[in-house]
Amino acid sequence: MQVKVRQISAMLACRASGNGLFTASLGGLMFLDKDYMRMFDVNNQHDGGRHGEQPATSRGRGRGPIAGARVSGYAVRRVAALLPLLVGISVLVFLVIHLVPGDPVAAILGTSDNNPALVARLHQQLGLNLPLPAQYLHWVKGVVTGNFGYSYSQQIAVSSLLVTNLGDTAQLTVAALGFSLVFGSLVGVVAARRRNTVTDAVGMGVALIFLSMPSFWLGLIIILVFAVQLHWFPVVGGVSFSGLILPALTLGLASMGFIARFVRSSVIEAGDQPHVIIARAKGLRRWTVLRRHVLRNSVLAVLPVIGLELGNLLSGAVIVETVFSRPGLGRLLVTAILSKDYPTVQAVVLLIAVIYAVLNLVVDLLYPVLDPRLRHG
Amino acid sequence: MDQQVGLSGEPGVLIAPSADSGDVPTRGTALRFRLRTALRHRSLATGMVLCLAIIALVVIGPFFISTNPNAQNAVDVFLAPSAQHLMGTDSFGRDVFTRVLIGGRTTLLSSAAVVVIGGTAGTIIGLIAGIIGGPVNFVLMRLVDLLLAFPGILLALAVAAILGPGLVNGVIAVAVVLVPIYARLVERATTVVRARPYVDAAVTLGAGMGHIMRRHVIPNVAPSLIVLSTSWIGIAALWIAGLGFLGLGVQPPSPEWGAILNEGANYITIAWWITVFPGTILALYVVGMNLVGDGLRDQLDPTVSRR
Repeated sequence: MQVKVRQISAMLACRASGNGLFTASLGGLMFLDKDYMRMFDVNNQHDGGRHGEQPATSRGRGRGPIAGARVSGYAVRRVAALLPLLVGISVLVFLVIHLVPGDPVAAILGTSDNNPALVARLHQQLGLNLPLPAQYLHWVKGVVTGNFGYSYSQQIAVSSLLVTNLGDTAQLTVAALGFSLVFGSLVGVVAARRRNTVTDAVGMGVALIFLSMPSFWLGLIIILVFAVQLHWFPVVGGVSFSGLILPALTLGLASMGFIARFVRSSVIEAGDQPHVIIARAKGLRRWTVLRRHVLRNSVLAVLPVIGLELGNLLSGAVIVETVFSRPGLGRLLVTAILSKDYPTVQAVVLLIAVIYAVLNLVVDLLYPVLDPRLRHG
Repeated sequence: MDQQVGLSGEPGVLIAPSADSGDVPTRGTALRFRLRTALRHRSLATGMVLCLAIIALVVIGPFFISTNPNAQNAVDVFLAPSAQHLMGTDSFGRDVFTRVLIGGRTTLLSSAAVVVIGGTAGTIIGLIAGIIGGPVNFVLMRLVDLLLAFPGILLALAVAAILGPGLVNGVIAVAVVLVPIYARLVERATTVVRARPYVDAAVTLGAGMGHIMRRHVIPNVAPSLIVLSTSWIGIAALWIAGLGFLGLGVQPPSPEWGAILNEGANYITIAWWITVFPGTILALYVVGMNLVGDGLRDQLDPTVSRR
């Protein structure tokens, strides 16, 4: 288990240093510093589960005889830990508009307009004359009921902007994840089976290049090759299916590089287990061994990565959507920042952060469901 | 891999030019390894060559160029690469090669600034939390957890939204992302080292906190800080360029790799050279830094190297 965690963490550390653009992720960093902590050999320290709550390491082999109770206790604790996190996230996001230098109203009206009556009315209307905690509660109440305020620049409710754009981003993210999982696993398994050969070196080299490449540049190159030179796809795709392929490819390639490296190491690790050697020794065919003994174990190791990847892809979409002029949450966020449309900025940041937190929770909860060892001690 | 990690008497190459290592007598720790062994590590060597070449190009190159990177020339617009203009010209007739060299200085310097600022702030917070412990630790680390709950870019974008566009603001925005990462790493290391028996012994002998920090905590955390910083210099360059590309970093007409890409993106159908060259160099730089980071991790992490 030690070794496995180390490998996961090393891979995630690579991931942190890669990804088209934006990576550093909550879970990744937890692993990341576990990796570094191993340098200080702190085996009994990091199992406190204070931060990570990674079931693989901290909850793995507890003593409790009633496995089911232990799992549900774990689930309750994880879900309960989400609440303070959500409150913290919402406070930070709420503060965004107050951290902007100057009066928010001046930002809304633009510097040229200084009509005092208008300023006073806006203060009143936005509740800016209330004390800060009261403003926060008011804002949270709105958010919970789906009222994110009013977009200054687009003159419509922010919630309707979110609704129209969320679907496009979800579509892009899921397509990119599907692509990266299929091809990343393929490359990873092949590289692991041909460990230390030219195939392996080439595969891993390509993986590293993809995960280091700036996604905004990769996107431009892909447009140049497939849209400008080859005319296979439209330059500006819109939301049609053919318009989805190039952005999904751009977003997915970095992720593919990461997943390939990760799958390779987890397949190698699963393949080095004694029971695999015995399976080979008793005469099972390579493919059978791979399918029955190796892949099943390595899938488990890949699972937490999928959750993190979804979060990374979601935020990576910010760039890719801008490159391809594709509607979506990311593009909404960038235009909102450029036009100082703070309610929209707040709403998008909040939405992505919450989705990210919930995805990580779901992965943590899925882990014991899929790994019987965590259930039966 | 036959590495000389450990108590070899060889005159090792100290690859940690950290301010603190000066007054710490290095006792043949993981920080020491021989340069030759290190360079036998293929990815480390490749990465180093790649990065050094790009840094040299960007640092030395502009001395041989007299053209103003912002000099416009209405006649020579969108010229393809030639002996005269190695990377062609852009929509204002400016020489792309000159802009890439000068802009590279901005990109690379600001990425270094990001790591220095964010890394220092995070390290200090981590040390404070680790040394003082108790409620201070609890509060600081909950804040760190909170910042880590945002995907990195989202945090940088939120800070950029607060501060507004600009190079300095972009550097701050990316540095903010690094603070919790370094703080977490250093806090863990400090807490762990403080619980060690030899630190108890040192305290018993009358050592002060400053001494323990210099003598025990910092030497222990230095290798991982180096690895982390190497990886982050590459990512920081990527993010600075990313902000520039989104229009949130360096403002035109100043050259910067991301900003050049942003301008070039509009003309990708008629002038590929504006985007392809700066992007390729940036990609190579990041690949190089990743290779160096991977290699250093292998070299400095005893659990890997003792295979």
